Amino acid sequence: MLSNTRVDKVGVEERVARFQTRSIKNEAKKQGLHMVLNMIDLTTLEGKDTPGKVQQMCYKAQHLHDVHPGLPTVAAVCVYPSMVAVARKALGNSSVKIASVSTAFPSGQSTREIKLSDTKFAVDQGADEIDMVISRGKFLEGEYNFVFDEIAAIKEACGKARLKVILETGELCTLDHVRMASEIAIHAGADFIKTSTGKIQPAATMQVTYTMLMAIKDYYDQTGIMIGMKPAGGISTAKLALHNLVMVKEILGNQWLTNEWFRFGASSLANDVLMQLMKTESGLYQSPDYFSID
Amino acid sequence: MAKKNTTNSQTEWNYAASPESTSHIRLEKKYQLFINNEWVAPSSKKYFPTINPATEDVLAEIAWANDADVDLAVKAARKAYTEVWSKMSGAERGKYIYRIARMMQERAREFAVIESLDSGKPIRESRDVDVPLACNHFFYYAGWADKLEYAMPHKKPEALGVAGQIIPWNFPLLMAAWKIAPALAAGNTVVLKPAETTSLTALKLAEIIKDAGLPPGVVNIVTGYGDTGAAIVNHPDVDKIAFTGSTTVGKIIQRAVAGTHKKTTLELGGKSANIIFDDAPIDQAVEGIINGIFFNQGHVCCAGSRLFVQENVADLVIRKLKARMESLYVGDPLDKNTDIGAINSKEQLDTINKYIKIGKAEGAEIYQSDCSIPSKGFFCKPTLFTGVSQSHVITQEEIFGPVLTIQTFRTIDEVIQKANNTPYGLAAGVWTDKGSRIFNLTTKLRAGVVWANTYNKFDPVSPFGGYKESGIGREGGVHGLSAYLK
Repeated sequence: MLSNTRVDKVGVEERVARFQTRSIKNEAKKQGLHMVLNMIDLTTLEGKDTPGKVQQMCYKAQHLHDVHPGLPTVAAVCVYPSMVAVARKALGNSSVKIASVSTAFPSGQSTREIKLSDTKFAVDQGADEIDMVISRGKFLEGEYNFVFDEIAAIKEACGKARLKVILETGELCTLDHVRMASEIAIHAGADFIKTSTGKIQPAATMQVTYTMLMAIKDYYDQTGIMIGMKPAGGISTAKLALHNLVMVKEILGNQWLTNEWFRFGASSLANDVLMQLMKTESGLYQSPDYFSID
Repeated sequence: MAKKNTTNSQTEWNYAASPESTSHIRLEKKYQLFINNEWVAPSSKKYFPTINPATEDVLAEIAWANDADVDLAVKAARKAYTEVWSKMSGAERGKYIYRIARMMQERAREFAVIESLDSGKPIRESRDVDVPLACNHFFYYAGWADKLEYAMPHKKPEALGVAGQIIPWNFPLLMAAWKIAPALAAGNTVVLKPAETTSLTALKLAEIIKDAGLPPGVVNIVTGYGDTGAAIVNHPDVDKIAFTGSTTVGKIIQRAVAGTHKKTTLELGGKSANIIFDDAPIDQAVEGIINGIFFNQGHVCCAGSRLFVQENVADLVIRKLKARMESLYVGDPLDKNTDIGAINSKEQLDTINKYIKIGKAEGAEIYQSDCSIPSKGFFCKPTLFTGVSQSHVITQEEIFGPVLTIQTFRTIDEVIQKANNTPYGLAAGVWTDKGSRIFNLTTKLRAGVVWANTYNKFDPVSPFGGYKESGIGREGGVHGLSAYLK
């Protein structure tokens, strides 16, 4: 089932550098920045999260910068399972989705039972999307069937919720591993594959995202089934976000350029994008103090 | 609280035009010959236009040197050699070469824009490849100028004298750097002729040579057509001919210098094999194929123009290759997003189209990317031919354009035989995950350069040159230095 596709790191670095030389200007930049905003999973995943912080973030998710009309909302908010109910209440019937991490996030060092109940709890609380972590230890041991079975079991527990599978690529060491883990996740039922938890460095490098996009591309070519992609962690500037979109466009095509198929997991990206957007209008950078920090 | 909809109804996202500005460049309307650090009108009184191949607009008028002009240039070079340059210490020569390198870097943007205007190559390449590499050649050889005895142990290295250098239109500035830098470092003086379609960056380099205060006559640049080149080759007081260009002209030069004291290096054509094994990192190999044949519109002597794919991955590779071709942007060379620019001249476009016609007539299956190309200027869509054999003209002859032929193979012996079954031998690419196979092939492929899991990598430190009809001698590295020493 696995394709045994090899990935050459040097070649990937060169390819990624090519995407980064794309020059995105004028209308293309404006349109791209709007897309980026609309693809963000606005995230808070800290031990010190409070209901108040989550409520504030949910408001920001729908009101990115109200002084500027015509901006989209973000795609989703991303929280711990314990905060899903708070987010549900704060978002009401908004179309902003709620994503919840689960499966003993971020390390995944727990039992199958606990991971399943963690997932079911988040879904019951009202999560639309589940961001699970794979068992990296098992993967590195070569226990690929274990990893596959676990993803499949969580997928079942998700019910109608869409499943994002976090590979935590910063712990997989090589791009060959990233490729293999991507294939395992896709075949086991992932709706999305996601690079990182944001707790480990390096996170969503363009090299890793490129490798995962190629796995999605190959699967689509073979089956016609679209899989979503979510780089998360480390994308905090509009420029880097646009380079990611360039990569998606040139590998997978325009049909992937919606928040149904592509997301950014980020906490500080939105304000940089807003700042760049305002600059495209006025020609000047505004002070960061003009942008709310929720 | 107002709720907004997240639905993103976007359909197409296309890059807006992003042209590099030309406002900062300085071009004269008319260029004279550069002899003795002076701009000299040609005694022929003749000038020819140089055009922008992407728009067919005239950029400038260029002087056309005749025999008398070349004689003047050679005399200037001889005088500079005898009276100044051969007496100067290596360390002093090195300082001048370093100065040229630094001044080129300072004016890199201007060089890149002019190179793209005059040659048709995308600004992405002139900015990121041609100009930085040209600077690096000067930096590299500047370092050798005072260390020649270390480069040639147990010898007493001596300069040859006056070097006549004739360069092609595919990498105008870079080829000038490849030729001038080692010649000067080794203590020679130079008469250089750029190609008639791409004289401008060499003439801009002349400005730098003057500004850098090089002694008059050390570097002379004479522009013109083939007859100007012939005048250099046939001049009795030239000690060395360095030529990069077609094999046809290379053979003419070889005949002309036979029986003379002139030392030659020839860097000629190629029909290089790019070989993909089934265990290769396929997506990176596809990038290597793209880079191998579409870099600089395929105007590359070492272009990987013959692709060999192991049969069990052939369908996959060809499918991925076609998909990747669709994401290449063909058009305005000055747009920063352009991947493939303009064909250098109408003449070359006609040659490429002639071969495409031959390929079709030979029964090969053609595939061209679906891109649109500008109606004005000289452009060619990226092109593949499948269903070809070693007997097809399009797999035998150098096309020098964005045209790739694809053959499949089953065994390693078969592919080695086919890769070597050509009068050329400039370069080859091998794509495999297996280290031992790479070493096996590097010993058996008769090519001057063999790249493993990459293609078209250039560095001043690395020697470059061909087997068989791809050339004589090596340029680059220490080897490139010895071509200019006794």
